Amino acid sequence: MLEVNIDGLSARPRILGEIFTTVSRGDRICLLGPSGAGKTTLLNALAGLDEGLSTSIQGRSRVRVGYLFQEHRLLPWRTVAQNLALVGAHAETINRLLADVGLTGFGDHLPDQLSLGMARRAALARCLAVDPDLLLLDEPFASLDPPRAAELRQLIQRLLQAHPDMAMVCVTHDTIDVGELANRLWYLDGTPATLQWDDRLEAGKSPESLVRQLRQLDATR
Amino acid sequence: MRAPRWAYWIMLPLALLFWALMAWWLDTSLLPSPARVLDTLVNIARSGELWHHLGVTLRRVMISFVLAMAVGSVIGVVMGRSRMANALFDPLLVLFLNLPALVIIILLYVWFGLVETAAVMAVVINKVPNVAVTLREGARSLDPKLEQMARVYGLTRRQRLLDVWVPQLFPYLMAATRGGLALIWKIVLVVELLGRSDGIGFKLHMAFQVFDVASILAYSLAFVVVVQLIELMLLQPLERRASRWRQPGAAHA
Repeated sequence: MLEVNIDGLSARPRILGEIFTTVSRGDRICLLGPSGAGKTTLLNALAGLDEGLSTSIQGRSRVRVGYLFQEHRLLPWRTVAQNLALVGAHAETINRLLADVGLTGFGDHLPDQLSLGMARRAALARCLAVDPDLLLLDEPFASLDPPRAAELRQLIQRLLQAHPDMAMVCVTHDTIDVGELANRLWYLDGTPATLQWDDRLEAGKSPESLVRQLRQLDATR
Repeated sequence: MRAPRWAYWIMLPLALLFWALMAWWLDTSLLPSPARVLDTLVNIARSGELWHHLGVTLRRVMISFVLAMAVGSVIGVVMGRSRMANALFDPLLVLFLNLPALVIIILLYVWFGLVETAAVMAVVINKVPNVAVTLREGARSLDPKLEQMARVYGLTRRQRLLDVWVPQLFPYLMAATRGGLALIWKIVLVVELLGRSDGIGFKLHMAFQVFDVASILAYSLAFVVVVQLIELMLLQPLERRASRWRQPGAAHA
């Protein structure tokens, strides 16, 4: 679906190095790496927000992207429903999407009237409103308490099951997310950062063995 | 802490009293009493003279205001969004900001004659740089995160302008409007005084020639009242309406 060729060496500041990989339909990628490694920069590049990077991502023009930013980035002066309508959703679609993310009846609320978790779910509904081929999630569970994070994780799992063709790249620090959501793992590190690890996960791989492998990876560097 | 309401109603009556006492004590036509000014005001209002000149002046204020806001906003936003445009036009902006209003008025009257277009143009040229500077600040402060969102979700130009930019620029537009009206109506009076044969400025000029202080004060007071009414009935409701989304609502946790 996507052929990623990133040569960030000429970019200022130099965050990403050379990254050559592909993203295919149905890929569920968790993107791990230390803070400041450039995970968000890579996500932005995939979304087409690659100012200053020499990127060539083959096929991006054909790919619809839904991007869940770290902040909700809904327009604070528009209601939740208006925010969804802004990206092209019709009234019926809006109601269905709000039901999907558990926000039935909150369409006429302003984003700032919602809690953090609800606003994030509203932003997730906006991702789905564009019927994405590629879903980009930037630390979707950050600053949520564990029950809310688990809820959102289950919600995303359900959405992924409902859209088997949709590809996902999810930035996270948590190996639980990898175990629950991923079938592929990217590990981004180094200055400039490159994909130190780009691996398909065998089905049923437990988070514990992943943690062990990640530790090994850290040790060998 | 909020000052009590009555505190707002002290100084104006005191000033009025002081004026009345001074007028009574000096007893000169150069300082007419409040009663005489009110009398003059009623007379010019009854004869229709006040409404005619007030209307003419207000029309000039409105036309100049709309033109200055439109031109100034476009220039300001373009300069705020493009470093190149800013580098090119900033020296010009500084020049016009520092050019005295009177110079612009005189030059335009000299070049184009004492015509309506020259009068309105003079006011617009005086005001555009102020609007541009304010809106440039606004355009620079546009949230880059929302810009990214707009790009990812492919919002149209129209959506970006009306849904993303205008709400963020609104406080700057209001600031430019506030400062704009206050500045513009003062410049309009000067423009009228120097080269028009109607309007409040023209009447002030006539009254000045015969030292008719009662008329000067009557016309000025009428105009101050009108400007205050515009502020209270137009600008403040508009601002309240547009900033409603800022009211902190109860969060659903």
